[in-house]
Amino acid sequence: MTDAAAAPAPDKKPAKEADALRRMLRDMLLIRRFEEKSGEAYALGKIGGFCHLYIGQEAVAVGTMAVLRPDDYVLASYREHGQALARGMTARAVMAELFGKATGCSGGKGGSMHLFDVSKNFLGGHAIVGGHIPLVTGVAFAIKYREGDQVAVAFFGEAAVNNGAFHEALNMAALWRLPAIFICENNRYGMGTALERASAIYDVAQRACSYDMPAEVVDGMDVLAVRDAVARAAHRARDRYTPTLLEIRTYRFMGHSMSDPIHGHYRTKDEVDEMRARDPILTFAEKLRADGILDDERWQAMEADVVDEVADAVRFADESPEPGPEALATDVYRA
Amino acid sequence: MSVLTYRDALNQALREEMTRDNRVFLMGEEVGVYQGAYKVSRGLLEEFGPMRVVDTPITELGFAGVGVGAAMVGLRPVIEFMTWNFALLAIDQIVNSAAKMLYMSGGQIPMPIVFRGPGGAALMLAAQHSQSFEAWYANVPGLKVVTPATPADAKGLLKSAIRDDNPVIFIEGEMLYNTKGEVPEGEHVIPLGVADVKREGKDVTLVSHAKMVAVALKAAEELEKDGISAEVIDLRTLRPLDAATITASVRKTNRCVVVEEGWPVAGFGAQIVDEIQRAAFDDLDAPVLRVTGADVPMPYNRHLEKLAKPDAAKVVQAARQVLYLPTL
Repeated sequence: MTDAAAAPAPDKKPAKEADALRRMLRDMLLIRRFEEKSGEAYALGKIGGFCHLYIGQEAVAVGTMAVLRPDDYVLASYREHGQALARGMTARAVMAELFGKATGCSGGKGGSMHLFDVSKNFLGGHAIVGGHIPLVTGVAFAIKYREGDQVAVAFFGEAAVNNGAFHEALNMAALWRLPAIFICENNRYGMGTALERASAIYDVAQRACSYDMPAEVVDGMDVLAVRDAVARAAHRARDRYTPTLLEIRTYRFMGHSMSDPIHGHYRTKDEVDEMRARDPILTFAEKLRADGILDDERWQAMEADVVDEVADAVRFADESPEPGPEALATDVYRA
Repeated sequence: MSVLTYRDALNQALREEMTRDNRVFLMGEEVGVYQGAYKVSRGLLEEFGPMRVVDTPITELGFAGVGVGAAMVGLRPVIEFMTWNFALLAIDQIVNSAAKMLYMSGGQIPMPIVFRGPGGAALMLAAQHSQSFEAWYANVPGLKVVTPATPADAKGLLKSAIRDDNPVIFIEGEMLYNTKGEVPEGEHVIPLGVADVKREGKDVTLVSHAKMVAVALKAAEELEKDGISAEVIDLRTLRPLDAATITASVRKTNRCVVVEEGWPVAGFGAQIVDEIQRAAFDDLDAPVLRVTGADVPMPYNRHLEKLAKPDAAKVVQAARQVLYLPTL
């Protein structure tokens, strides 16, 4: 800071950083309000099928995307509304997809679990647990094949790590030194099965030892901790084609899907309340206030802005056309 | 035109396509240093290097998924399974990832990938190594299924498969690799979805694919000795299916036997019979019969194995039956 004080011109960096931090807060808030509306729309029957909300885990997606470049690649599991929004897909396109409309990001053919936007290098929503992890190794393989410096990022839950696809994908990524970042969003429960009832070891990050792969345990309720860990992993990937496993410890505040109550038989209300006290959005907002980056006026404006954006997305989705019957048989094969 | 083995015809197709398009790469177990479990990839590692001829761990699910991921971002992988028996470990990636990527992405992500390797029984390899799965894959929308029977078809169809923007299941035959035939040099490309009449005839149609084409041809020779003229159709591609060629033949012969190596229940032959009864019902002079593998896991014992497999004698009997001739 002494350098800045001595500099003749004012340093733009702190202002830019403050903007970036407020942007992250806004991105998290957008996901929260979007997901709350998704829950409502589901209850109204406007969203069908399975719908897995991201409430509580917002810091993981937002902290990660803050690091990634537009030409990096992202693949996620079926709990991916948050990643899609954080990656810059519009609330309109995502909500319209949840509504199954033709204007949705996958033309209404994918739904909640299959959000895609090639223009954002957001390569899906995949709904077989662990099945997309080898795909990320494949994307990373393609990056190295072309001698690129992008990274391929996988989001998956801790329940996926007991699955062969996880092991096979990480082994090859490490063996071939591919620029992949494997992000395990450890929210403690695979549906209703606690981690310790499914995995012989508690620390998911330890599994990286099997592949001689760098790994970190990260506090997923702290968006800046996520951002910094992903930045280190991205550097390793870009600089020397080294993959990383990040175990990001987070928590879902809602049930596994819309049919699951917030705390059913598998976790207690006390536990949920305890984790809610560490709400990643409120915690981060408080930090920004303490740092003088956020005040009441800005916070309220941000809230109003986000609520408007989500309301607009719902309106757009409501008013959008259904796909016509001609859509049924298109896109089965590429001519 | 030169005489090549089926194996070398495939090798030539791979070499030509890898030379033509640097997005094409080959990945699988033992494809590189070992030169291929069946030597289909002989010399390719030396020519194209380890980034384009990639040896994998024994991890079918994993490397099938790696192929799908690479195809998602524009490479054109050829994924070799040492045999299709092992691909059962990868069927999640083939069906859940590759086959529906274009559809569930609303048309955004094409999937130009070939999964290839030998299918069907060889000799005395027993239950886990002697299976025909083409009917399973042909059931799935989004996949194409190709089963070449001759060296020339192997080359021409593999070149088409590699150039196709869709996932192609390419099923070769362990017992076919050493078979020889004339193969056109260079740009010899056979479109997918076009059957081939391997032998013309007028009394009965024998529909077959892959290794069963040779069986049907042998049966046709036997039938000829009794003055019966059999037409042999090689489907070449099961999906998309060239139903028109089958129908045209049945309209001419009025009788049909479908030969397949796989199991009878829900086998691919049932699909052929369905096509025929809808398109050529009034042309049939006899019910269509099927000659299939026995409805059992493949036994090891050579005599039992022979009983389990379709052969020319069984096809001859079926042909005589649809002609209402006494069986031999």
